[in-house]
Amino acid sequence: MSILYFLIGCSVLVALIFLGAFFWALKSGQHDDVYTPGVRILFDDEVKEDKSDKNHISD
Amino acid sequence: MKNPTLVHKSSVCYHCGDQLPSVKLSCDEKDFCCVGCKSVYQILAENNMCNYYAYNDTPGHKIKENGHFEYLEEPSIISQLIDYKDSENSIITFYVPAIHCSSCIWLLEHLYKINPAIFSSRIDFLKKEVTVSYKHDKISLRQLVEILNQIGYEPLISLQDVVKEKGNSVNKQLIWKIAIAGFCMGNVMLFSFPEYFGLSAVEKEFQYLFAWLNLAFCVPVTFYCAKEYFTSAFASLKQRHINLDTPLALIIAVLFIRTAISTAFGTGPGFADTLTGLVFLLLMGKWVKQRTYHHISFDRDYRSYFPIAITVLKDGREKPTAINEIEVGDRLLIRNGELIPADSILMKGEVYLDMSFVTGEAEPQQKVLGEILYAGGRQMGEAVELEVVKSASQSYLTGLWNKAYYKTDFKKKNFNDSIAKYFSIGVFVVAFSATAYWLFQHDSVKAWSAFTAVVIVACPCVLALSTPFTLSAILSVFDKKGFYVKNTDAVEQLADCDTIVFDKTGTLTSTVNANIHFNGALNKEEQLLVASLLNNSSHPLSRQVFKSLCPDKLFAVSEYNEIPGKGIMGLVNGRMVYAGSKKILPFELEGKENGGVHVVIGQSYKGCYAIEQEWRSGLFKLMSALEGRFNLKVLSGDTNRDEKILGCFFGTETSMQFNQSPRQKLGEVISLQDKGKKVMMLGDGLNDAGALKQSNFGIAITDNINNFTPGCDAILKGTSLSLLPNFIQLVQDGLKVIKISFGIATAYNLIGVYYAVQGTLYPLVAAILMPISTITIISFTSLATRYFARKNKLVG
Repeated sequence: MSILYFLIGCSVLVALIFLGAFFWALKSGQHDDVYTPGVRILFDDEVKEDKSDKNHISD
Repeated sequence: MKNPTLVHKSSVCYHCGDQLPSVKLSCDEKDFCCVGCKSVYQILAENNMCNYYAYNDTPGHKIKENGHFEYLEEPSIISQLIDYKDSENSIITFYVPAIHCSSCIWLLEHLYKINPAIFSSRIDFLKKEVTVSYKHDKISLRQLVEILNQIGYEPLISLQDVVKEKGNSVNKQLIWKIAIAGFCMGNVMLFSFPEYFGLSAVEKEFQYLFAWLNLAFCVPVTFYCAKEYFTSAFASLKQRHINLDTPLALIIAVLFIRTAISTAFGTGPGFADTLTGLVFLLLMGKWVKQRTYHHISFDRDYRSYFPIAITVLKDGREKPTAINEIEVGDRLLIRNGELIPADSILMKGEVYLDMSFVTGEAEPQQKVLGEILYAGGRQMGEAVELEVVKSASQSYLTGLWNKAYYKTDFKKKNFNDSIAKYFSIGVFVVAFSATAYWLFQHDSVKAWSAFTAVVIVACPCVLALSTPFTLSAILSVFDKKGFYVKNTDAVEQLADCDTIVFDKTGTLTSTVNANIHFNGALNKEEQLLVASLLNNSSHPLSRQVFKSLCPDKLFAVSEYNEIPGKGIMGLVNGRMVYAGSKKILPFELEGKENGGVHVVIGQSYKGCYAIEQEWRSGLFKLMSALEGRFNLKVLSGDTNRDEKILGCFFGTETSMQFNQSPRQKLGEVISLQDKGKKVMMLGDGLNDAGALKQSNFGIAITDNINNFTPGCDAILKGTSLSLLPNFIQLVQDGLKVIKISFGIATAYNLIGVYYAVQGTLYPLVAAILMPISTITIISFTSLATRYFARKNKLVG
């Protein structure tokens, strides 16, 4: 049964790690703007004319 | 000439979405309503940024005239504006009111395509802020702002930006506290369950471990998360007055002490779960209460209305100077459309001051040399020179913000604080009588447990929760209808008001819609001549009249000349046409009003376009709904020419005062308050600012939420003015909901007290009773608020 002491310690430790992760996220400003990143991810990348392809064909 | 295949299908401008005039500009087979929209499109097309138009239809804004940004070259001003600077890079944050859609985000985050020296730009959409990082040796701040201006996203740079206020850090600390309290609550619950479900003999050895762990979790909750309740309680006790935090602090202290004692002596489970749960819920209530609007500022003062810098003439040279550095005796150069920042004397030039923002008077005023000009007027004409007689912060109008004018003796007391006193007394009476009874029975253990249990069970946490939850539910109903209230405390003030004071211009009249009618006679051809001329001018009056004329073709205009503040003239179809104020006309006019757009074709006076502000819709219904329930009053800075019309809207008992100066308005509000009235003030401009601030509840009316509004308790969209009685009714209903929920909470507490006085309150009962009562209250308040919102026709 004494293994339970160890497990309880582990559970508190894991919980503390998650709490720490939340504070880290809070501090680095991840919760400051919860709207814009969601829009930003929907923008398409620019389609660039690939020059290497053209060279390849002409070769 | 017209080729139908070339005409774009839509009849709106590709850039801004306005209705196309019959004569439109085209570029790349796209139609534009004006040169401004077309030029933005061309800039974007050159830089291969037409994706801007892909994400939304007609995302653009009409751009205004180019501003003067010379002041952005001054190192002292730059250093006040930027957030960060090193040897190569600078970072600056702008507030850009025009941000409104995903296209805006895309465009402003791809600024590097226009100029590679801008290497990063990030938008915070809800705050309408853009943070730009740029290489300051390749692009100056002025060039950066000019780029933004060219693409229609002019940043609002005002004095208030210089004084950056950081309101966010307080909120962040609260989130830290909530996170810790929530974390502790979850863990404490976990360790308390075995105790409640009963432990077998083998498991008994864990009991002490669990108890000590629970106590450990209570320490940060009590001493960090709940710290504010203790400091607030001490502060109010020092002033010999009890607020809601006093009983809460007592309960938290009692819970902690009892938990500590029972853990230390091993006398059974403590109240760790109740303690952590209570603090967590209290902090949640606080957080709901602090919910604010990022994009709306309620505490604006003259600083956000005035520009940040003005041109000062020194030794014959023009030098941009920050407003707060202007000294008495400085010579200012004020150009067309610029604001006069400080009271000053006119030294050179002719001034037509648009004082609409200061006095509510719509007509521009002419001033002569040597006259004193008050700060806040906008010059409508040529560039003039002034000499400053008072610094910006001491000026007549800005002085209205000086605190000395405001009485603070009327205390804003809310329902919670007034009931907290009786509540605390009640709890103490019950707690002490229970203790006395058990001491009389010589059972000191029971006496102690009865005392602590009564205090714990009678927790006014529901009081602390029902108010923020109800009021914030009301706030969110309001903001869907275009009524933005500063905070939940302000909502309670709204319910108390018994007198409503209206401003006229901009409040009862709309600034957007205007009736245009022509006094005189113009035939079809003459109308076209006038329209052709007006088409060249970007002056708002010209645009309004042009829109009303809606011509089907236009003539070419030669010898076009626009004299700022006076009007325009030009040779159209072989005839000389003049349009504008009386000053532009080629001959003197006798006995005509100066207002409006006068028209002269050739040598004959044709008449005048009079522009009348339109009354807001639904005024009659609004007034009849308010009459009888409230004392109504009109305070107008304008002349009494509309007295008769106002008399139709308002009943006969309504008193109306005209020609009121800003200070007289403020004085009137104070004298009403002296008579014991609770005054609600509705106004729109700087001229109402003093009265709005002094009133018990000041509402600023605006047609565009992003426009300047003076400091106030709430901002109301002009279109929602007719809903005002419903708003007031909902708040009154909301206060009823709070009182009912207080009744429900008391019922729950009585059940708990029944066990508590007997000294038999098992922690499990407390741990179950508290969340149940909390859930009941929160669901009751939100359902009841919804019900009343529907009843008041505020939810569809």
